Amino acid sequence: MTKTLLSLSGISKQFDGKTVLDELSLKIDDGEFITLLGPSGCGKTTLLRMMAGFELPDQGSVTLSGVDITQMPPETRPLNTVFQNYALFPHMSVFDNVAYGLKMEKRPKAEIRERVEEVLAMVQLEDFAGRKPHQLSGGQQQRVAIARAVVKRPKMLLLDEPLSALDYKLRRTMQVELKRLQRELGITFVFVTHDQEEALSMSDRIVVLKDGCIQQLGTPREVYERPANVFTARFVGQTNFFPGRVTRIEEGRITVDVFGLTRVLGKPSFRVAMNQSLHVLLRPEDIRVLAPDDNEGVAGKIVERNYKGSTLDSVIELEDGSQVMASEFFDEDDPTFDYSIGEPVRVSWVDGWEWLLAEESDEPLTDEEELAADDAEH
Amino acid sequence: MMQSIKQQPFRAAVLLLVWGWLLFLVLAPNLLVLGASVMTRNPGTFISLPLNLDAYRQLFNPLYLEVFLHSLYMATMTTLACLLIGYPFAWALSRVEKRRQMLLIFLLIVPFWTNSLVRTYALKLILATNGLLNSALMSLGVIDEPLQLLYTEGAVIVGLVYLLLPFMILPLYSVFEDLRQDVLLASHDLGAGRFATFKNVIVPLTLPGVLAGVMLVLLPAMGLFFVPDILGGSRNLLVGNVIKNQFLDARNWPFGAAASIVLTVTMALLMFAHRLSKRRLGEEGA
Repeated sequence: MTKTLLSLSGISKQFDGKTVLDELSLKIDDGEFITLLGPSGCGKTTLLRMMAGFELPDQGSVTLSGVDITQMPPETRPLNTVFQNYALFPHMSVFDNVAYGLKMEKRPKAEIRERVEEVLAMVQLEDFAGRKPHQLSGGQQQRVAIARAVVKRPKMLLLDEPLSALDYKLRRTMQVELKRLQRELGITFVFVTHDQEEALSMSDRIVVLKDGCIQQLGTPREVYERPANVFTARFVGQTNFFPGRVTRIEEGRITVDVFGLTRVLGKPSFRVAMNQSLHVLLRPEDIRVLAPDDNEGVAGKIVERNYKGSTLDSVIELEDGSQVMASEFFDEDDPTFDYSIGEPVRVSWVDGWEWLLAEESDEPLTDEEELAADDAEH
Repeated sequence: MMQSIKQQPFRAAVLLLVWGWLLFLVLAPNLLVLGASVMTRNPGTFISLPLNLDAYRQLFNPLYLEVFLHSLYMATMTTLACLLIGYPFAWALSRVEKRRQMLLIFLLIVPFWTNSLVRTYALKLILATNGLLNSALMSLGVIDEPLQLLYTEGAVIVGLVYLLLPFMILPLYSVFEDLRQDVLLASHDLGAGRFATFKNVIVPLTLPGVLAGVMLVLLPAMGLFFVPDILGGSRNLLVGNVIKNQFLDARNWPFGAAASIVLTVTMALLMFAHRLSKRRLGEEGA
């Protein structure tokens, strides 16, 4: 059904002997909103720059609608970029900035005027055509950058962390705006970000990258609910990793021991062996916090509580010292719903809401990844 | 509040210093020159009343007009040469690795530590009839007899370029440093090739540096009288030579002062153009 617009195959790139992209292949569908997500240094920006033509791969090829464009210079590629810091021409008015690409195509004056005005109206900047970039706010400059890129009606719009310079509220507004634009224009968007929340809310598909390799490619829901590996699980959203041990294997089911609880779970897609250790992943919102006299779950005590408006986020320390993050929606019918620090509780979850991952010879997150993941949460 | 009151004496001292400097060392001398230019030549006291514009009228004497135009021509050639060498030089300089950059700028500044008079004499040794350049060319068999290099217009221009090139490179380097790479990429991305990007983006964005460089080269190039004195012979005079001669040899202070004022006004016009170009880029409040 969907047809591939851009395809990258076997792309490798090294900078000063350091591998930035490693034999990476990716197919981007026509009309989709695809996000390249990963911590800084994962190669997402390099990948985007390769699509734009600013960077040439050491190996591999880039094809656009079946045409090999690997060596094609950026000025002849029918793709346009929205830069991280907008990269507007400071000496030109908003109108001239937007008209630049069309002037380069040597379009007739009347057509340029018409198309520039149309696209400025689309980003609600009709009244600012005569201003210089430095007379605009960050959000307005952002819109000019988008207008300048889409006025050429590219086959694909490449967006390099376009919202990272904006404050939180404006970022939310622009996210909605970008989605709307993408729907209206029907152009394929390739969006680079390190913000997992942004990626989840905007994308049709997410490409999770780490060290120049694709970790997972899927819809936001797949990436969030069924992370392919520990990295993705950690990077996208918050996750509780419970240590599990396989105690019984049956047809389609396995029995796992978690914190002394015996749970019968669906058999995962990877091979399991008896006594194998695995990760039982639970998102904070999948955790149920129960009363201490409940006969289900594991005992622990509240060590942190954070009122978040619509949810109450708490951290529960279990008897073995491990900590569990829980995020519960307020129960409007229960005015006493709250915890005090030190309060004993029991922790459980609804069967079937967990996700199993094999233990990897995975090293813990590096500091940089931790930082990036922290960043992404704000 | 307390802090600022405590800082008041320091603030006052700094302001006094700046204003004092401007008043006594910039404004006053220029006013004196302006005053001298409208007075009458006097062999005994150098200048005397009455006030008149004879000195300015004298500037239009075809003889001096010719010197002025020839001087302007040589200064313009010098500036163009500096621009042609300095522009790509500064561009390349801004693109090399940071640590290397510092070293190259340092090398650019090193010649300043040697007196420019001495450096001009050194150039004379190279350009002389039996100087380094001629000997080298002859031993290479390029020429059979020495070329007349010294005491030509070309020699003066070479000397001026040699002395003034860093003044062109430094402001250009500064604008190239500020030139954001992503803006150039954006231009390519929007369909502009190298030449279109150069013409539409690089040139306009580096124009303030070009004008600053021109200002720092063109005017001094008209005034560095010792360069023609050493390299130019009697035919290739600069306005600077005229001014120097009027003050030191001909003892015609009003005329020397008038010539000097013309240079200052030219400078002021250039600075005004520079300001306008900067304002266009929005670097100062519009």
